Amino acid sequence: MDLNAPIAIRLRGISNSFGDQVVHKGVDLDVRNGEILGVVGGSGTGKSVLMRTIIGLQQPIEGEIEIFDEPMTGADAQTQLDLRRRWGVMFQGGALFSTLTVAENIQVPLREFYPELDTQLLDEIAAFKVIMAGLPANAGPKYPSELSGGMKKRAGLARALALDPQLLFLDEPTAGLDPIAAAAIDALIRNLSRTLGLTIFLITHDLDTLHAICDRVAVMADHKVIAVGTIPELLASDHPWIQEYFNGPRGRAATAAVDRNPHKGA
Amino acid sequence: MTEMAAFIEDTGAQGPCLRVTGSLTLSGLGDFPQRLDAQTPPPAALDVSGVVRIDTVGAWILQRFVERTGAQILGARDDVQRLMALVHSAERDVRVRPEPPHPVVRVVGEVGASALVAAATLKGLVGFFGAILIASWDLLRHPQRIRLNAVVHRFELVGISALGIIGLMSFLIGIVIAQQGAVQLEQFGAEVLTVNLIGRITTRELGVLMTAIMVAGRSGSAFAAQIGTMKLTEEIDAMRTIGVSPIEALVIPRVLAAVVMMPLLGFYATLVSILGGGLFCWISLEIPPVTFVQRLQEVIPITDLWVGLLKAPVFGAIIAITGCFQGIQVSGNAEEVGLKTTAAVVQAIFLVIVLDAFFAVFFSQIGWI
Repeated sequence: MDLNAPIAIRLRGISNSFGDQVVHKGVDLDVRNGEILGVVGGSGTGKSVLMRTIIGLQQPIEGEIEIFDEPMTGADAQTQLDLRRRWGVMFQGGALFSTLTVAENIQVPLREFYPELDTQLLDEIAAFKVIMAGLPANAGPKYPSELSGGMKKRAGLARALALDPQLLFLDEPTAGLDPIAAAAIDALIRNLSRTLGLTIFLITHDLDTLHAICDRVAVMADHKVIAVGTIPELLASDHPWIQEYFNGPRGRAATAAVDRNPHKGA
Repeated sequence: MTEMAAFIEDTGAQGPCLRVTGSLTLSGLGDFPQRLDAQTPPPAALDVSGVVRIDTVGAWILQRFVERTGAQILGARDDVQRLMALVHSAERDVRVRPEPPHPVVRVVGEVGASALVAAATLKGLVGFFGAILIASWDLLRHPQRIRLNAVVHRFELVGISALGIIGLMSFLIGIVIAQQGAVQLEQFGAEVLTVNLIGRITTRELGVLMTAIMVAGRSGSAFAAQIGTMKLTEEIDAMRTIGVSPIEALVIPRVLAAVVMMPLLGFYATLVSILGGGLFCWISLEIPPVTFVQRLQEVIPITDLWVGLLKAPVFGAIIAITGCFQGIQVSGNAEEVGLKTTAAVVQAIFLVIVLDAFFAVFFSQIGWI
């Protein structure tokens, strides 16, 4: 990983709270261009809220967000819209539009941002995105309710990739999947990020995902990001939560798995 | 600002070709695909060394062009080659929408499907009614299982919270009947009969009927949406596995609330309509309130009140049962909740009006005219 790569997302002093409940207090975080950054933290530490803040679904009470060196906070609607074209978001449950087929779901952002594209090209784009996301060809005309959990995730990923974004936000891409499907999603994300040169902001609880595909990991606790680094760097930290996370029974199992298959490791 | 994709014709050293420049990306594409396809004759080669940026869509445009015309790609950088290989490997015959059936097949299919749905709904409704009767019988034998809190809570939602809107509606309807009646009866010099009109039509018909329509819209729809959402989030299945009967826990309290609250709301609506009508008579026809009430006592037989109040619990039961039944029918996605809620309201109002017609015939036959 290039340590001097330009910064894709720069967060400075982000604070969020819901009523009296403080979620974030002065969060600083840099995501470098081209890296896969995993975000981990206990339940309720505000990982999803942080993602929602970056993509503009949640207004922070203070702090600054810069994406590709353009300020998001206080930007006018047009700038925000231009930035929105440059990222894709995959929500936890896929968040597919239930009245549209998978292929039509993929076309929604394209139609919205590029109304000049003709129907034939739209259909062709949707077709290769379906396959790129690892879905079978017959998934195109299916409705979300006809898909399995893993296929919903892939369809969500395909829609997130619709605009050929430079930046991809993934909220727990492997949650609720069986290990085989989860490993396939991991491999898919890694491949796509390498081939398309994506920067990925990835929220996960899955230790195997962290080991398999993340270049760096950011740990959230105590309302802020307490550490960012590669897994070996984090293992050297003496923060109790980090120690428990990576050296607990599951953490050790995942590390052992990487040691057995070193070619898969980060 | 992205540099738009463009091409210029070039008769270079390697023969005639098109030199592509700019960004071959979604935002830089513009009408590039159309202009490229419009080239006649199609060029034998595309020189893409001048492409600034490329994404999968740009790569697809190139790949598609190569496949259609057999043109060669010259000067492709690493990323261009990589993305073209990626989209090429992802090329399959993928349909976007389900295959539309033949129109004749579709018409026949839809008629058949509607008939089946109607039959299934009727059968389901009867079955559901039976399930409610069985659950009621069980509850009567074990009255300690009745969920009193749930029932009282439903009383509040169905009854108390509806007082404001039903009062306002009835008051206005009372005024409208009085005003319209007075205009017509005035032509015969019989505007004093407006009192008969208001008194009888509100007690016999409109008080309860309008209340039923309002309750179907307010509570019937809420029942369907609540139970439908619970069905989607698997709460109903969770109840069953714990051993709680959804009919007992969800349906009976709602049916009970509607059955008990409908006569009360209907009576209240009747009174408020009469109040509205009386106010109009006082202000506009100069019939003082005391005379108005005396006239009411003379012209409304007590059976009119029974006609109204006997219908009300039946309407309440119909509304609650269709609402809960449609809620239970929800399956699949969020759109179903909306569809079933609409169906609940439409069916409830339809059934209420049909039954009202039967009641009208029945009560005249037994002499309660």
